[in-house]
Amino acid sequence: MRTLHKFHGGVHPPTHKLESTRSPITLAAMPSRLVIPLHQHVGNRAKPVVEVGAQVLKGQLIGRAEGRLSSAVHAPTSGTVLAIDMQQVAHPSGLPDLCITLKPDGKDQWIDHSGVDYTQTSHSDLRHLLRQAGVVGLGGAVFPSDLKAYAHKHKIHTLVLNGAECEPYITCDDMLMRERASDIVHGAEILRELLHAEEVLIGIEDNKPEAIAAMRQAVSGCAKCRMEVVSIPTLYPSGGAKQLIRILTGIEVAAGIRSTEKGVQCFNVATAYSTWRAIAHGEPLLSRIVTVTGNVANAQNFEVLLGTPVDELLAQAGCKADTDRYIMGGPMMGVQLPSNRVGITKATNCIIAASPALFPPPPPAMPCIRCTRCAQVCPAELQPQDLFWFAKSDNFGKAQEFHLFDCIECGACAYVCPSHIPLVNYYRYAKSEIWARERETEASEVARERHEYRLLRIEREKQEKAEKLAQKERATLAAKQASAQPSTSAVEPDDAAQQRIEAALARAREQAAASHPQNTDHLTPAQQAEIAAIDARRAQAHAAAAPQPNEDK
Amino acid sequence: MWMSPFFTRSTSVSQIMLRVLLALLPGVALYVWYFGPAILVSMTLASLTALCTEAAMLKLRNRPLKPFLSDNSALLTAWLLALSIPPLAPWWLVVVGTAFAIAVSKHLYGGLGSNPFNPAMIGYAVLIISFPVHMTHWLAPHGVGSLELSFSEQLAYIFNSALPDGATLDAITTATPLDTLKTQLHMGSTVTETHHMPIYGYLAGKGSELVALGFAAGGLYLLLARIITWHLPVAFLAALFVTAELFHLSNPAQYAAPLFHWFSGAAMLGAFFILTDPITSPTTAKGKLIFAACAGVLTYLIRVFGGFPDGVAFATLFMNICVPLIDAWTQPKVFGKKGGKP
Repeated sequence: MRTLHKFHGGVHPPTHKLESTRSPITLAAMPSRLVIPLHQHVGNRAKPVVEVGAQVLKGQLIGRAEGRLSSAVHAPTSGTVLAIDMQQVAHPSGLPDLCITLKPDGKDQWIDHSGVDYTQTSHSDLRHLLRQAGVVGLGGAVFPSDLKAYAHKHKIHTLVLNGAECEPYITCDDMLMRERASDIVHGAEILRELLHAEEVLIGIEDNKPEAIAAMRQAVSGCAKCRMEVVSIPTLYPSGGAKQLIRILTGIEVAAGIRSTEKGVQCFNVATAYSTWRAIAHGEPLLSRIVTVTGNVANAQNFEVLLGTPVDELLAQAGCKADTDRYIMGGPMMGVQLPSNRVGITKATNCIIAASPALFPPPPPAMPCIRCTRCAQVCPAELQPQDLFWFAKSDNFGKAQEFHLFDCIECGACAYVCPSHIPLVNYYRYAKSEIWARERETEASEVARERHEYRLLRIEREKQEKAEKLAQKERATLAAKQASAQPSTSAVEPDDAAQQRIEAALARAREQAAASHPQNTDHLTPAQQAEIAAIDARRAQAHAAAAPQPNEDK
Repeated sequence: MWMSPFFTRSTSVSQIMLRVLLALLPGVALYVWYFGPAILVSMTLASLTALCTEAAMLKLRNRPLKPFLSDNSALLTAWLLALSIPPLAPWWLVVVGTAFAIAVSKHLYGGLGSNPFNPAMIGYAVLIISFPVHMTHWLAPHGVGSLELSFSEQLAYIFNSALPDGATLDAITTATPLDTLKTQLHMGSTVTETHHMPIYGYLAGKGSELVALGFAAGGLYLLLARIITWHLPVAFLAALFVTAELFHLSNPAQYAAPLFHWFSGAAMLGAFFILTDPITSPTTAKGKLIFAACAGVLTYLIRVFGGFPDGVAFATLFMNICVPLIDAWTQPKVFGKKGGKP
């Protein structure tokens, strides 16, 4: 029996997982159109490589990965490209992004594809295949998997496979593990190989006994695999990558540090599945399992083509009439969709039809009474009540000092808050304000440098000009001297010329000085102190943590 | 746009405060049993004053009435204050103390969540400093006093300062066990001799020790219901115990045993209900231990060497002002940044 470790805090929200696990994964009906965003992953947006009107086959590349941090996008089915334009995407901002709209022809005709034997393929080729297949982390972070399946200079001892699925309502990983365990295990074996990891630990919350049994069976069928399925206690957010790593290995990976530095890498089970499909079958990532639940008649999991409009998917589950909002993800960390017309993306693990009855609006927030229930449940071991105070008063420096950027926005604090304060909103606000200010500081830094360089150049040019003038004077003087050689008073004019040269140089210097803004001279001590303080704040803001690419959840 | 989390656990401030009020009931019941129903009168009086003052202050501050009047926090302040002052206190004493607690020490500092000092203890401090004589009108426990007032006679005294014919104030009131001990020690008797006086029970004061036990039982409920954590009561009681034990060992004739200090005065009420006010106590675990331990030592020192009958209120208030400092000093290390670990 493996010793499990505890992470601090955590909550037990009602899981609501039973509703969507009663029936097996169903293939969703072919939608009337597919709206496929070209930016479904962390990194650069894929570049469209098809024209409007083009006929494409299922699995055909339609968006090429651009730059190192990017991923490919493929046609999920055969059909015609209707449009390549800006469309609303599955992001709470509601801002449009470049999408390819595809009209399926109903034939679902595959492009020629074939897998490789991973044992006979070089690691760099395998990574290239993953990148070409558009495989990204399917736990929600959608980080390109080819970049994560690389040990760099670190020695990876453990590959953690995340099947915890701690968010309420979501069951897509659960059903995938129940039904396709052996593909997951094979995929995990490829990832382990790529990372040269010694062992694979598959963490699954103990509220999924069927998935645990299926995975254990699959692992036992793979004699040479060094894998273990570990049943972990159900406790939100045990599926956070850092929390799961802590539970399984006891290692704490601080914010701003990659787990690989501590010898651990973490992938979601669905990512392992996609890895196997991509390598062994040559199938790019075209679909994913999506839990459709909440205010629907038949909550269940669908295998959904990427780009399927949310409304068409919801209709298949029998979305009820009083549904007023659509949530992508779980109720703890999910986002409200700007519309139900947006397409399913690689990050869409769950769609919850929400109604006022299902998620009643929160009562008005009361003042914080410092009861520290939030601190008691915070898995990052922060002091949420203090962070709230700092964020509310725009005291961002202090918020960062109190580790604002270690917050994983799991929502446990807001879940338990007896004053019903939307705590996570305050942290999101503070983070975005800090980022905005950093960008501003950076921009003004650049502007300042440019301006200073310009002043420097003007000064240099002035000096060069003065130098030239002086040389000219010297030359004419020399010429005069040469012509007036017979004269007895040769010393006198030379002195006069020298004085003129000096005067010209002095004038040039003066001019240069005058052109330089002298607003930093003659300052009062108070002003100087203020400038010093501003510089210090700038330096601090600069040193502050930048957003971390999250690993799989 | 509504953002995650989309659901929350359905506890509320009002429920938490209500459960703290409920936790006071065993102590209150024993209080009534031993000292008569006068305490219920002053608790009701304090409650009404608190709600009226709260409403008036909310109105003046342009805050909504309903959510704040129903948060039960004003009621809790009222009850704690009423339980800290003599039950036979004249009505205006209760009203002045409660009104001051709510208006000045709560709302002038920004209302719920913003007050640095425990409002009930501020109310107590104001009363003990301004009206020290009225604050000594403690009732003798059932069976000890030379004259016991009926409920109507108690009411008459509270509202009219009228005593039954022939009765004197001295006949119906008595000094608290803590006060008696202090006076007796001054007069040259020993602790042991004092403990044989009728006012003493098994551990501390007759009756009052059981009331303290009632408060401890309520506190235990709060612990089990996870309304409070163990840090504050345990650190406070432990510090009080250890300090008392040290003095007691050095001179048993002069210094009472630790259990006497546990069960007399407001020690139990303070440990479970006053120090544990989240708004005015530290937020970190280490901070709570430091805060409560210091309060325990201070309570003892004020009781034994100070001029006031009990030390809980002033120890609490003094430690309240140290809370920001304690919090700043005791910030725990966050996930992954503890050092020393793999």
